[in-house]
Amino acid sequence: MDLAVILSVLDATIRLSTPLLLACLAGLYSERAGIFDIGLEGKMLAAAFAAGAVAAISGSAWLGLMAGMAVSLATTLLQGAAAITLKGNQLIAGVAINMLAAGMTTFLGQTWFSQGGRTPALSEGGRFSPITLPFANELAGVPILGPIYSELISGHYLLVYIAFIMVAVTTFVLYRTRFGLRLRAVGENPKAVDTAGISVVKQRYQAIIITGLLCGLAGAYFSIAQGSGFGNNMTAGKGYIALAALIFAKWKPVPAMFTCLLFGFLDALQIRLQNFELPVIGVVPVQAIQALPYVLTVVLLAGFIGKAVGPKAGGVPYTKER
Amino acid sequence: MSASRPLPRWADIALLPALNLLLAFLVSGLVVLLVGENPFHAIQVILYGAFGYGDGFGYTLYYATNFIFTGLAVAVAAHAGLFNIGGDGQAYVAGLGAVVVALALDQTHWLIAMPLAVIAAGAVGGFWAFVPGWLQAKRGSHVVITTIMFNFIASALMVYMVNRVLKPASTMAPESETIEVAGRVPQLRQFFSFFGYSPVNLSIVIAIAALIGVYILIWHTKFGYAMRVLGANPTASRYAGISNSKMIMITMTISGALAGMVAINEVMGVQNRLVLDFVAGAGFVGIAVALMGRNHPIGIALAAILFGALYQGGQELQFVIPGITREMIVVIQALVILFTGAMEGLFRPSLERAFMLLSPEQKSEAIAVSTAKPES
Repeated sequence: MDLAVILSVLDATIRLSTPLLLACLAGLYSERAGIFDIGLEGKMLAAAFAAGAVAAISGSAWLGLMAGMAVSLATTLLQGAAAITLKGNQLIAGVAINMLAAGMTTFLGQTWFSQGGRTPALSEGGRFSPITLPFANELAGVPILGPIYSELISGHYLLVYIAFIMVAVTTFVLYRTRFGLRLRAVGENPKAVDTAGISVVKQRYQAIIITGLLCGLAGAYFSIAQGSGFGNNMTAGKGYIALAALIFAKWKPVPAMFTCLLFGFLDALQIRLQNFELPVIGVVPVQAIQALPYVLTVVLLAGFIGKAVGPKAGGVPYTKER
Repeated sequence: MSASRPLPRWADIALLPALNLLLAFLVSGLVVLLVGENPFHAIQVILYGAFGYGDGFGYTLYYATNFIFTGLAVAVAAHAGLFNIGGDGQAYVAGLGAVVVALALDQTHWLIAMPLAVIAAGAVGGFWAFVPGWLQAKRGSHVVITTIMFNFIASALMVYMVNRVLKPASTMAPESETIEVAGRVPQLRQFFSFFGYSPVNLSIVIAIAALIGVYILIWHTKFGYAMRVLGANPTASRYAGISNSKMIMITMTISGALAGMVAINEVMGVQNRLVLDFVAGAGFVGIAVALMGRNHPIGIALAAILFGALYQGGQELQFVIPGITREMIVVIQALVILFTGAMEGLFRPSLERAFMLLSPEQKSEAIAVSTAKPES
């Protein structure tokens, strides 16, 4: 493979890992606060639909983005009402959210736009355009470093840069602020937090609000940045891969970034290897590469390569003693 | 909540689910209103489509057969305190067992092919659930996450198996060879012309047997008792001398085998070949069915028929009212899971208070409680 091919695979890697990364960080806030979230997929899907629909109607990508975030937030709060306030089963709440989003997006898409569940194609302003970083074109001629800068680092959508900036922000918030300390504390030992006079419920709601907003960004990325308009089941299980990545990264932001890049790379590789013939194996079974993120996560969970231990209070609704 | 008494049994198993279900339907009705259609007309269409004539009723039973299997799969695991979210994947890979046996024996007789296929599909589906069970029991990895992962691994595996192994070279479509008549499960319409052209088949007999079998297993065997002890309190079960890890592995295997029976209904009863995605989300419907049916076979049978009716009626719905697509059923299903599962606590406190006020001997106590401690 020459440099151009490698660069194009890596470029695809960045594009494909962005929604994973946003969703993974979203899940991180929720799960570190003690709320298991298997509803990432549903929230992304709902956001993708809302963003696509609003951007198509208004012609503004920014309005679309805001709509996506708002719908994702509303969905998250519904899930939160079940999982936090009503002390329901967090896993079942997540399943319900995923199913609700899958049904509602196709149903409303079909009834509102009558295009088989798709939203209308976006106009020029309805979609985010790639950003060219300063001097990208001028430096493209520089050997090796030039193409890396102009192809790989420059020329992505705004949301791509936001996703990677969010890794730094999340690291700072989680480990360097009072909010982050409390957030981690409600995920590990809510009783201690409660004893210190801090509301566990409030802290958990604050965490899932961030989750909702980040899922909104991830969802919008699908329909108004990477794609032009919403398509049926557009997120295609990416929310579950993000969940796998979160576990794989042991609920830590920087490892989450590398895991998402790895899973994104596998995805990019798989697309490139369709019908590609290798010398010994013959046609590469792309399904094997598709299944790899899940297999890796199971292997990790089984403790064969390190041990993934989640937040201690995860999955347990907090009940104050009376 | 410590002051309130538990609800009477009938309220707990019938009234509360009914209220939650009502709420789910109410919200679904609002969604229908939102798109400018008449919800009552929609209900009418669904009811007629599902029960009004032989074909429709046959389809309702055919869908219900799948949902009984997946509902039981979720319920059996739930009794042992496990959440098997992987029914979809288990049913999907079980298709391999079913199709291999059916193709091998389709020159004999269905009385030979069907029982062996049941064993094969059960074994493969059971294995697909055993591995997450084993990982939970021996390596401490959460069964919910692993079963989700196994759903995706199953789907990749099956695409590979169908395209590379099972597909005859002569066909383009991604599907296995067609099973000859002798390897198929007989249709009920062969015995009762009432069912018209609907695909309901003898798998429903297996479903009924499974309902009875699960009832006996859970409430009338030592194993079922141990399962319920494990589900109620893992520490207590360990002190009682029960091997928790063994229980988890066996329970998950039974659960997966039950989900695997979907393959008998679909592969040998309806499609007559292995097609991609034949499970079509039945595993997830099973979660709703088990929740609504309170993990009890009678409840599961009723809930499965309800969802079967929704699926069949929903098909009908999109022909009669073009404004409402099939996905409306997925929405209803999601709302049922949300309200009867995750938001189960919505009505419970107020219902408990209502019952306290209704019974005279508890009334004074209730008033004392409610005045002393306003609901926070």
